[in-house]
Amino acid sequence: MSVLIYAENADGKFKKSIFEAVSYAKAIADQKRTNLVAISIGDVAADELAALGKYGAEKVLNVSNDKLKNFVNQAYASVIAEAAKAQGADIVVLSNSFSGRGLAPRVAVKLQAGVADGAVALPEQNGGKFTIKKTAFSGKAFAVVELTSANKVIALTPNSYKVVETGGTAQVEDFTVETKESDFKQMLKEIVRSTDKVSLPDAEIVVSAGRGLKGPENWGMVEELADLLGAATACSKPVSDAGWRPHSEHVGQTGIAVSPNLYIAIGISGAIQHLAGISSSKVIVVINKDAEAPFFKVADYGIVGDAFDVLPKLIAAVKEYKASA
Amino acid sequence: MKVLVCISNVPDTTTKITFTDNNTQFNTNGVQFILNPYDEIALARAIELTDGGKGSVTVINVGDASTEATIRKALAIGATDAVRINAKPHDAWYVAYQIAEYVKQNPFDLILTGRESIDYNGSKVAGMLAELLDIPSVSIIKKLDATDSEATVEREIEGGKEVITLPLPFVAGTAEGVAEPKIPNMRGIMSARTKPLTVVEPVEVPTTSEIISYETPAPRGQVTLVPADDTAKLIELLHSEARVI
Repeated sequence: MSVLIYAENADGKFKKSIFEAVSYAKAIADQKRTNLVAISIGDVAADELAALGKYGAEKVLNVSNDKLKNFVNQAYASVIAEAAKAQGADIVVLSNSFSGRGLAPRVAVKLQAGVADGAVALPEQNGGKFTIKKTAFSGKAFAVVELTSANKVIALTPNSYKVVETGGTAQVEDFTVETKESDFKQMLKEIVRSTDKVSLPDAEIVVSAGRGLKGPENWGMVEELADLLGAATACSKPVSDAGWRPHSEHVGQTGIAVSPNLYIAIGISGAIQHLAGISSSKVIVVINKDAEAPFFKVADYGIVGDAFDVLPKLIAAVKEYKASA
Repeated sequence: MKVLVCISNVPDTTTKITFTDNNTQFNTNGVQFILNPYDEIALARAIELTDGGKGSVTVINVGDASTEATIRKALAIGATDAVRINAKPHDAWYVAYQIAEYVKQNPFDLILTGRESIDYNGSKVAGMLAELLDIPSVSIIKKLDATDSEATVEREIEGGKEVITLPLPFVAGTAEGVAEPKIPNMRGIMSARTKPLTVVEPVEVPTTSEIISYETPAPRGQVTLVPADDTAKLIELLHSEARVI
């Protein structure tokens, strides 16, 4: 029984989160002593597809036709489930991206599979038990879940597994599936992209700010620091509630959970709901004028100081570092 | 328009999460349970869409009798009636299956869930339910407009959004932006007591997953403080010690 990885593309390219998911799926295939097959849906160039071999995919099934050019949740789920059946795959891996979250449950029902969504580690197989660690309570904890079904669907949290380069070039094959009309009820009208910014769930560095910034007009400093670091910008709940920043930037228990390598929090006190969304960040830097702010308790590095004083100095220091690097 | 809103009973967002029985049980001692915040958004939008006699809003929950306070809260906010499927919500598959069985007998024009529950964060019920009913689903939406036959939604994607139209019925998971949560008024609270709450017994369904144990995140070490006038030192530490830049 092989392992199938759905390699989701964004505008014809694979992102780092997909290389992570392919590397992760390869490790599962190795555990099972079987091969890894990838499936791509949409328009992706042949060399981009073949490059998935670098992360361990032996073969890439390429599903490319006009109807499937853009994401259609129902149809994509059907294609992935059909590919799993055709390849005899009993484990399907996806990235727990926005689209992945839409696909995993539908694929699971089609394959009568249990799902581990938001997986953060490789599965363990002991005494016939297949267990896997996933996020729970919005980042406040992890749950170890046993999947008891024969087929399994795993959605991997971005930034939780390292990209591993092992192999060379994957063999690319066209794969065709009979699609049914009823899978195409949704119609894409428009894709709106917020320009060239780094997207928050994918970002390796996040610069986040809170009420300490006093108003939306002061976000220039936050954006400048983020641009210098190649980071995404984020904010606390009061900031998005007040309309200073869009909801898509709200990090926390009722917003987005992130797990970047570096999370820089400026003028955020560190309410338990905010900390839930950032607890799996690898390194946390806190800048706050209140030395008693709860955020310092979970920080790796901190500066006690006013954002309006510290941020310009920090921006200058980053510029100097970049100039000397 | 008949709208169904699937609701979860979850620990309050301020809850400190702890476990008992050798980390195999969630410690509910002293925990306040609330209507899942994302479900509040779904409920608010459902009420707006059906406001002024344009339809009805049914809330459905899979849970034991302890969830009735949360169900009454949803009725107080403005749901027309409620259904409780009398079973512990074993996992997303179990919940989706129970709700699908109910919907097959009692059809709806639109089904909303929160984008995820804040306890198990699966965001799976919407997709599973839609698959079981063979209707479209949209995983995480930021905007929803609907007529009696068609809807326009904005779906969140990494670094942007998709604008999608689709015919009713479908299932969608709502996130911030779809509506502002509503606070129940006194009339709502009074009427919630007498609004219909139907208890339905569950159907048998094989399970596909079990929670074995829980872990809490590893505690972090002591914070290293850097003086406010030495930001260069911070950059140096992030580069050579933490190795993240």
